[in-house]
Amino acid sequence: MIQADLNIILPEIILSVYAMLALIGAVYTSQDKAAAMLTYLTAIVFALVAFWIAGAGQATNIAFNGMFIDDGFSRFAKVTILLSAAAVLVMSQDYMSRRGLLKFEYPILIALAVVGMMVMVSAGDLMSLYMGLELQSLALYVVASFRRDSVKSTEAGMKYFVLGALSSGLLLYGASLIYGFAGTTTFSGIIDAAGHGPAPIGLLIGLVLVISGLAFKISAVPFHMWTPDVYEGSPTPVTAFFATAPKVAALALFARVMHDAFGHNVGDWQQVIALLSVLSMFLGAIAAIGQTNIKRLMAYSSIAHMGFAMMGLAAGTAYGVQSMLVYVAIYVTMNIGTFAFIMSMEKDGQPVTDISALNMLSKTEPTKAIAMLVLLFSLAGVPPMVGFFGKLYVLRAAFDAGLVWLAILGVIASVIGAYYYLRLVYFMYFGEDQDDALDRRSAPLLTSVLVASAIIMVVGVVNLFGIEGAAQMAAATLVN
Amino acid sequence: MEKIILFAPLVGALIGGFGWRFIGEKGAQMVTTGMLFLAALLSWIVFLSFDGETQHIQILRFIESGALSTDWSIRLDRLTAIMLIVVTTVSALVHLYSFGYMAHDPAWKDGESYKPRFFAYLSFFTFAMLMLVTSDNLVQMFFGWEGVGVASYLLIGFYYRKPSANAAAIKAFVVNRVGDFGFALGIFGLFYLTDSIRFNDVFAAAPALADTTLHFLWADWNAANLLAFLLFIGAMGKSAQLFLHTWLPDAMEGPTPVSALIHAATMVTAGVFLVCRMSPLMEYAPEAMAFVTFLGATTAFFAATVGLVQNDIKRVIAYSTCSQLGYMFVAAGVGVYSVAMFHLFTHAFFKAMLFLGAGSVIHAMHHEQDMRNYGGLRKKIPYTYAAMMIGTLAITGVGIPLTHFGFAGFLSKDAVIESAWAGTAGGYAFWMLVIAALFTSFYSWRLMFLTFFGTPRGDKHTHDHAHESPVVMLVPLGVLALGAIFSGMLWYNSFFGDHNSVNKFFGIPVHETADTGHGSDTGHGEDKDHAADADHGAETTAKSDDHAHDDHAIVAHGEAPKGAIFMAADNHVMDDAHHAPKWVKVSPFVAMIIGLLMAIWFYIINPSLPKKLAESQRPLYLFLLNKWYFDEIYDFLFVNPAKAIGRFLWKRGDTAVIDGTINGIAMGIVPFFTRLAGRAQTGYIFTYAFAMVIGIVVLITWMSFNGGAH
Repeated sequence: MIQADLNIILPEIILSVYAMLALIGAVYTSQDKAAAMLTYLTAIVFALVAFWIAGAGQATNIAFNGMFIDDGFSRFAKVTILLSAAAVLVMSQDYMSRRGLLKFEYPILIALAVVGMMVMVSAGDLMSLYMGLELQSLALYVVASFRRDSVKSTEAGMKYFVLGALSSGLLLYGASLIYGFAGTTTFSGIIDAAGHGPAPIGLLIGLVLVISGLAFKISAVPFHMWTPDVYEGSPTPVTAFFATAPKVAALALFARVMHDAFGHNVGDWQQVIALLSVLSMFLGAIAAIGQTNIKRLMAYSSIAHMGFAMMGLAAGTAYGVQSMLVYVAIYVTMNIGTFAFIMSMEKDGQPVTDISALNMLSKTEPTKAIAMLVLLFSLAGVPPMVGFFGKLYVLRAAFDAGLVWLAILGVIASVIGAYYYLRLVYFMYFGEDQDDALDRRSAPLLTSVLVASAIIMVVGVVNLFGIEGAAQMAAATLVN
Repeated sequence: MEKIILFAPLVGALIGGFGWRFIGEKGAQMVTTGMLFLAALLSWIVFLSFDGETQHIQILRFIESGALSTDWSIRLDRLTAIMLIVVTTVSALVHLYSFGYMAHDPAWKDGESYKPRFFAYLSFFTFAMLMLVTSDNLVQMFFGWEGVGVASYLLIGFYYRKPSANAAAIKAFVVNRVGDFGFALGIFGLFYLTDSIRFNDVFAAAPALADTTLHFLWADWNAANLLAFLLFIGAMGKSAQLFLHTWLPDAMEGPTPVSALIHAATMVTAGVFLVCRMSPLMEYAPEAMAFVTFLGATTAFFAATVGLVQNDIKRVIAYSTCSQLGYMFVAAGVGVYSVAMFHLFTHAFFKAMLFLGAGSVIHAMHHEQDMRNYGGLRKKIPYTYAAMMIGTLAITGVGIPLTHFGFAGFLSKDAVIESAWAGTAGGYAFWMLVIAALFTSFYSWRLMFLTFFGTPRGDKHTHDHAHESPVVMLVPLGVLALGAIFSGMLWYNSFFGDHNSVNKFFGIPVHETADTGHGSDTGHGEDKDHAADADHGAETTAKSDDHAHDDHAIVAHGEAPKGAIFMAADNHVMDDAHHAPKWVKVSPFVAMIIGLLMAIWFYIINPSLPKKLAESQRPLYLFLLNKWYFDEIYDFLFVNPAKAIGRFLWKRGDTAVIDGTINGIAMGIVPFFTRLAGRAQTGYIFTYAFAMVIGIVVLITWMSFNGGAH
């Protein structure tokens, strides 16, 4: 029996073992000299595991008495997490090593965080949920303050840790309330206890607290306040990582808890999530306008995007989950490209993050400028870029579920949000000429990631690279 | 050959318009003009060698959409052949004339290139006009119809620095849209009922349409009448008939060659052409045709009265055109389409010549257009004078009464008036046309006397330097003069002779001749033949129309009548016209003589009389001078309200409400919240934690009230 269970969690085991072996190996041998090699190696391992999981078939496997679920939905999320983490690792090596930040712990911490995320998306029990979440969070607290000599970076790690601890507390409080009312911690048990009729109020309060804890992870308003500070303070590759894989994991977990544990009480949580969605979309759109730091701007951008993704979740249908998965996959692709660009922004060898540095980029770096233009249009949701279709998907899901008001508000928020994306385009193409332009350092890797991401935004219009079908199958396994 | 005729002007327009930088201004002029002369030559060959059998020459498959299946093809029959020579001949001559007229246009600065543009527009117009007249279906015709509209717009507004020219161009365009709306509705209606827009199918279905009722605008109408009426609305716009005529006088803002080509000889006659082309439908729409007759006669009269008092030489001729178009519509309205085409044909020659002659005068007088500043010019510009004299003799209808010997206008106009007498039993239309003939004579001679006789008035310097036009301008005048003199006599029999020659000319089958020639006493034998014919037709069409069995569609039960025009079996107007009493036949001549004598009295014998008369009859004079106040009424009824609505929507709707709201949100409300969000982001952990706690409190409260209520 235990053998079968272990087989099911084999990818997680392999990654954990890999991380521990790498840690011990590096400590006792060359330490930081091996960091670059280790970074690439970790990325390769991520990619291999991703392909392995992607090719693992259609079956739904349950391990450890329902604590761990390996189904289509979790596999879709795991592949997305692994590939985005691999991309971020590849991009960060150059940036980190040039600033002396590339310690061998970095790829190992990322690997542990990824293991945590994989456990999160496969969680079938409040216990495994919390375990995955904490494993992920602890690793992330450390990488947020990775630049120990920088006040901002340590401040970011500190804030993230304290607030994260608060949210963990809320989550645990909610979990214990649920346990108290349901008498079990497994999702399948909770859904039976909640029943089809009106759920007990205590269970609902527990649900709200769990939602709050999860909303913190995806930085939904009003649990978003840490996001701009942490994004700004962390080293840029870490920010890029924050903006991608953990969001996928937290959103997938969110969907898993809502549908597996409270699938019969859609009406109860739908309104809460819709409210969080509206608040996130509007705050993300409005607050970003005032930002001059591109990393802070991207923080608000991700808040707004999470609002849109939650719109799909709020629909409470299989189509809604499908649209959420498609949306988040597109979002991750766009963000990787955008952060590749942000990492390449340098003046005199030092990273800059002020958006005025973009002035007239079209003259000095036409290729990057056009790629960035495509990405920004896609982020803003301008057709015919892929980002538009992602938005269309979630709007459609909300509309079909009868949340017309939510869809309308989403469109309005998206219009407001277009302003700050287009302002960046404006700087790049119509801004003022300036003497101290960005360095024209050739970073072929970053540029190619940027350009590839932009090309996907245009070419993907054809069939979204099949994501649609995969997301549909994933959603079907979750919602039934 | 027909394809070359059709596309040569287009090729010329493209090369001249886009390629003049490579071949030079002169080259562009040469290419466009050469192409037109080629087209004209081929057109005459087609016209003279045409045997009356209708041909369909496919160019390409045009539209395939559901039941709508349309080729782009040339329908070559007598009507097309006539229009081909009219359009290409006048256009070629106008191109040639423009070499001289546009040589040194004071409206343009030195070094500005305007000639290639002008020639390209002219050629483009010719192409569109040819598209219109060669069309084999209604959509293709509509394409040409709109094409000439665009060309007309571009050419009226050719002097685009002149506000009045722009206003005139817009006016022409907008007024034509009103007509085109009717035309388009007519096409829709025909497609709705017959499931086809091909002329042949529509014509074949015409008898059935006459028995169909169509619900339109909250009432039931006879389909044939309604559709004929809607098509005629389109014709009214294009041919400047009463109520939609206001654009034509203003269109004189364009260069004079344009007026000669578009606003006299070709485009404005498109409406007449349309009515003649649709004759198989029109024949089944008696009420609509009565309206055509009435409106044509009224327009002829109205425009002639206004023409009496105008002082701008081009405006006089413009109202004259409007009036003559009324004549054509009367002929078509009473069912004698051949005569309508006859007048169209002769009118093209003498009216184009009058315009070109007027252009020559204007050219000589350094772009002075007010006739009050002319006088005594016949010595200065003798050739122009001779041409204008021939044109005037032609338009006033000089000839020997009761014979077929006279200028072109004599034969065609008398034919129209006789037809009007026969078609209305000596009623309203007949008398209106006779009075209009009197006025025509008066204003035409008035123009001649004011311009060429008497003493020079106006600027002395201009008069001293008045000069004859160059040869390139005189040659077209000479050629057109030939047409103005002989075209009537040469083709009288073909258009308005005995039945056999008319039928042969238009390719109408012989057995119908017997029908029409001898009236109703031919007996039932013919009818049986007819019925058999129809049954046979039904079989063949039924096979091809299998897919077109919508319940509203009237499947054609018969074949389209053969020949270019169709006259119903009971249409004897042409015969009756031939047998009109002598006084009817002489009446236009008498009217012409009276008009001439009055003009001599007013402007040669006693030149002070007009002024006195104008003062004693001041209200009438002002009424006529202001064109019956049509423009003022339209301004009051349509233009000013439309402008007021536009201004309201712009200032109040767009600027105040929409812009105001958007600006208010974008520049006031959103930034306010942006600042608020910025201030909330204090950087202190306790603020952040506080926000989270507040959030949870709100959520739990919400859930307690909403979730608990379930």
